[in-house]
Order: sequence, then C-alpha cells, then structure tokens
Amino acid sequence: MIELLAKYNYWIVIILLTTGLYGVMARKNLIKKIIGLNVFQTAVLLFYVSMSKIEGGTAPILLNHGHGPQPVFDNPLPQVLMLTAIVVGISTTAVALTFVTRIYREYGTIEEDQILELNKQND
Amino acid sequence: MIKHLPALLIVIPLLVAIITPIIGRLHWVLSWYAVTITTFISFVISLLLLQTVSVQGRISYWMSGWEPPFGIEYSVDYLNAYVLIIVSFMAFAGAIYSRKNIDVEIEDETRKPLFYTIYLLFVTGLLGMVVTGDIFNIYVLLEIASLAGYALIALGKKRQALVAAYNYLVMGTVGATFFLLGVGYLYLMTGTLNIADLAVRLPEFYETKAIFTAFAFIVVGLSIKLAIFPLHFWLPNSYGYAPSVVSAVMAATGAKVAAYVLIRVMYSVFTPAFFTHTPFNIQYIFLLLAVAAILVGSIMALAQTDIKKMLAYSSVGQIGYIVLGIALMNVTGMMGSLIHLLNHALMKGALFFAVGAVVYRTGLCSIENLRGLGKKMPWTMAAFTIAALSMTGIPLTVGFISKWYLAVASIESGMWWLVPIILLSSILTAVYFWRILDNVWLKPAPGEESHEHGHDSHQKPVKSNDAPLSMVIPTFTVAVLCLVFGLFAYAPVSIAEKAALILLK
Repeated sequence: MIELLAKYNYWIVIILLTTGLYGVMARKNLIKKIIGLNVFQTAVLLFYVSMSKIEGGTAPILLNHGHGPQPVFDNPLPQVLMLTAIVVGISTTAVALTFVTRIYREYGTIEEDQILELNKQND
Repeated sequence: MIKHLPALLIVIPLLVAIITPIIGRLHWVLSWYAVTITTFISFVISLLLLQTVSVQGRISYWMSGWEPPFGIEYSVDYLNAYVLIIVSFMAFAGAIYSRKNIDVEIEDETRKPLFYTIYLLFVTGLLGMVVTGDIFNIYVLLEIASLAGYALIALGKKRQALVAAYNYLVMGTVGATFFLLGVGYLYLMTGTLNIADLAVRLPEFYETKAIFTAFAFIVVGLSIKLAIFPLHFWLPNSYGYAPSVVSAVMAATGAKVAAYVLIRVMYSVFTPAFFTHTPFNIQYIFLLLAVAAILVGSIMALAQTDIKKMLAYSSVGQIGYIVLGIALMNVTGMMGSLIHLLNHALMKGALFFAVGAVVYRTGLCSIENLRGLGKKMPWTMAAFTIAALSMTGIPLTVGFISKWYLAVASIESGMWWLVPIILLSSILTAVYFWRILDNVWLKPAPGEESHEHGHDSHQKPVKSNDAPLSMVIPTFTVAVLCLVFGLFAYAPVSIAEKAALILLK
C-alpha cells in the first residue's frame, strides 16, 4: 500500500489523463473540450518529467568544465523531449482556438449539440 | 550530395514552406511554382533513395553526425523508399492539380499562398515520418503533418468543414498523445528511442506489462490516425468537406503514412515473436477490425448521396484491406498490404481528382448531378472509370493484384473464410461505383431527356467541356498508372516483396 502511494506522481498522471479524456468526451462546449485536451497532454508531460527524476539527482550541469567528481544528475533527455511536446501542445491549442473562433463566427454558438442541429437543418 | 539525400528530403520542403508565403505576396502563382518544383524535387530524391537502397542496402544517415542511439538517425530501406515514392509522387500530382482547383474551392487570393505553405508543411511532415529512424521524431513530424492537415481541411468552403476539422483535431491530438505516452513507456523500459536500437533491446522485456501497455497505447494512437474502424469517425466529414485537392492528397498520402508507421511499430520495433507473449491474440483483434472496416466502409459508402463522402467511406473499407494484410503476418499478406498502399493511393487520388474536376465545372458533387457527364467531360470520366474499376479489383488493374495477394495470403495462413469477405466487399464496391458509372455514361444529362425521345436524337452532339489541362493531366496520369502497374506489376511487386522479407525476417 505504502509502495503504491509512494509512486504518487504516477497516480497524479493517471488521474490527470482520465480527467482530461473525460473532459474531451463528455463536454459539449468546444472550448471546454480543448481545456480537457490540454489537461490530457499535460499529464503526459508530467509522466515523462517524473520518469527522468533520480533520487538525489540535481540539474544536469557539468561542474568545473567536466573535471573532477560530478554529482548524480537527472536524465535530461525526457525533459528536452517534453520541451518539444509543450510546443506541439501550444500549437495544437492555438489551431483549435482558431477553429473555435471561426466556428463561432459561422454558427453563432460553440455548443456542439446546437452546431449539429444547425448542420442537420442545412442538409 | 548523394550522402545527404535523406536530410535534404525534409530540409528542402521545410525551407521552401517558409519562403512560400513571402514570395506569394508578389503573386500567388509564384508560390504554386515553388510548391510544384519542391514536390518534384522530393519525388526525384525519393527515386534516388530507392536506387541507392537497391545498390547498397539500408541507408543510415546520422543527423549532424551524431552516432545513432544517441543522435537522431534517418534510415531508409526498401519499405521507406517505396512509401516515400508514393507520398512524394501524389504530392507532386496534387500540386500540379491544385492550381485550378483552388480557383473555385479557395477563392480568396490572399489565402492561396497560405494554402501552399500548409500544403508543403503537410508533405514535409509525412515525408519526415517515413524517413526518420527515431520514434520520438515520428511523433514530432506526425504532429507537424497533422496540424497542417487540420488547417487544410478547415479551408473547405462549407462551414461544416470547420466542424470536421475541429473534430479531427480533437481525435487526432488524443491519438498522437496516446502515441507519445506509449513511446514514454518504451523509453522508460529500454532507455532508447532509436527504432533499430529498440528492436535489439526490447525482446528481453517482452513479458512485462509495461511493454504491452506501450504497444497498446501506440497502436490505438496510430489506429486513430489511420482511421481503422471503429476509430474512423473523423474521416468521412473531413474528406467530404475539405477542398478536393486536399481530400485527394490526404486520402492518397496521409493514411498511407499512418499505415507505414503501424507496420514499422508492429514489425520493426516489436517483432512477430512479441505477439506470442501478449495476454490476448492481437492478430485476431486486427483481423476482426479489418473485416468490420471492409464491410462497414463498403455498406456505408452505398448509403451516401454525396460523392466525396462516398469515397471517404470507401477509404475506410480500403484501409481495412491494408490492415488485413498487416494482420495476416506472413510475407504474402504484407506484400498484398504494401501493394494496396500504392493501389489505394493511385485510385483514390484519381477518384478525388476527378470529383474535383467535376466540382470545377459544375460546382456540385452529389451523385445525381453526374448524369450525362461522360459526354461533357470524357477524359475526366474515363480516368474516374479506370480508377473505379481498379477499386473493384478487375483483372488488369493494380487493384486485382493487391486483392489477389491478400486472398492468397489468407489461404496460406489457413484463414480461407477471409476470401469470401474480400469477394463480397468487391461486389459491394462494384455496386456503389456502378451507381455512379451508370449516371455518368448511360443516363442523359439533365435537360436533355426530351431529345432522347425525338427521332433526330443525334441532331446536336454534346459539346465536350472538359476540365482544364492542368487538372486533366494529373488525373489521367494517376488513373493510367493504375493500369500500368496492373499490367506490369513486376516493379511494385518486387519492391514490396523485398520490403516484406526484411520486415518479417
């Protein structure tokens, strides 16, 4: 039990993942869906960053130009990967919000059910 | 120069994509020239890569000279080169075609250079996904291609295009994030992201739950991108409302690349040995989904009145064939799958191109409105007919060859019950294309019925008013290639065989 609780960071990841995915699926408001999507993506960032952490590790910086003993440091690679993923997340959000503003201009609403209703009337 | 080809394949379109909107400010046609030339260069590079692979075997290019497991590796073997040629050729054909097509489907002059920028970014992302040998790099390029793809779909004229693009964005992002999560598990267990290195290090972890979870996340993520039934819901509306050239290029390349990544993950990162360690039979799940996709796609296509949506649903069915070949896990099946990649790219490209030409002339794309078009637009409709015949799998077309290999592979692996399903779906395909061909060739155009009953029905020959040459030439070329590769199947079959042998060694 304690062992499971000690890995609380992974529990947080799981909770965020499911919350985000639930938001994407259950919400009818297009903006709230995007918020859900963001939470979902953030969970993955947290997952990567927490797996790179080593107990007692410091920031990965070479001391004394690489001479002499070095401290134990965390794996920098997942953190770098997540910088890329953050950029991807921001771009996705930006594109999604652009769509929402244009949908609002065309339909006058950002509620999914009302949009579907309007589409049905058109067809 | 030759040494750097894998990198140039990505760098050139990426740089031109940045220049395109700037030169487009002078005149939008300049950006069309830029895109056409760039995609042609990509096509030439792809051919050169295939030639290099056939001489010296697998190419491994070290990005900025960093040794592979640490740096990013671009690797090309027969499979990569084959998919690269399909993607770059269809992108080139689409670029030529787009010039007139966007005249009617994106009227705004200021938006045209931006269309070309996004188009190039889309192509860059797809080519990058195929050429890279690093699994995280695949994720990044997948997102580049996807974001460009969402924007391309949103350019459709009807407002439904926006909603379709939004839905695709939400589903696509969930899929890509699943992929990323799966890659995270792989990295956690092995400490590497290089595909070749993963293949070496993974086998010792095949028993662990973490690796199975990684596999599940990656495959589900890719299935959304590939639109495998039942994750295909974004596809019909996206292809249905996007501008025709976008539908054509996306159907011909986007799904192909997603299928390529699925093949890579299933056979290069993981190996068939892994599937014996999984808690349930992966092969049967894929076969079941493939069969469901083939049948549901064909039946839903029958129910459509809009021709673009019909083609989109038929794509769902055709993707089922590709997955079927992947799931059979033998060389013949993989060959069938790979040939079907080429086949579907050509015929679906030609079909969407032809529909775009019809939209250019008539502005309409419901099946009803195609009546009598065979006389008005003979070349376009001839291309449409060839592609439709290839779709049903008539002998002498490339569609026959891929279905033949899939059927043989089903019998080889003892699953003969797949053969009647392939046949049934071919019949359904024939039925939904017959509705169109009947309208095109046999029924008179609207407003001309009265002449038919008169005695002098041949008094006035219908004036041929085909689409402009820049649309007809790519359409017809792509359609004729369906026949060429059907008659002289040696080239694609031999490449597919070599690629399949490497995958299933």
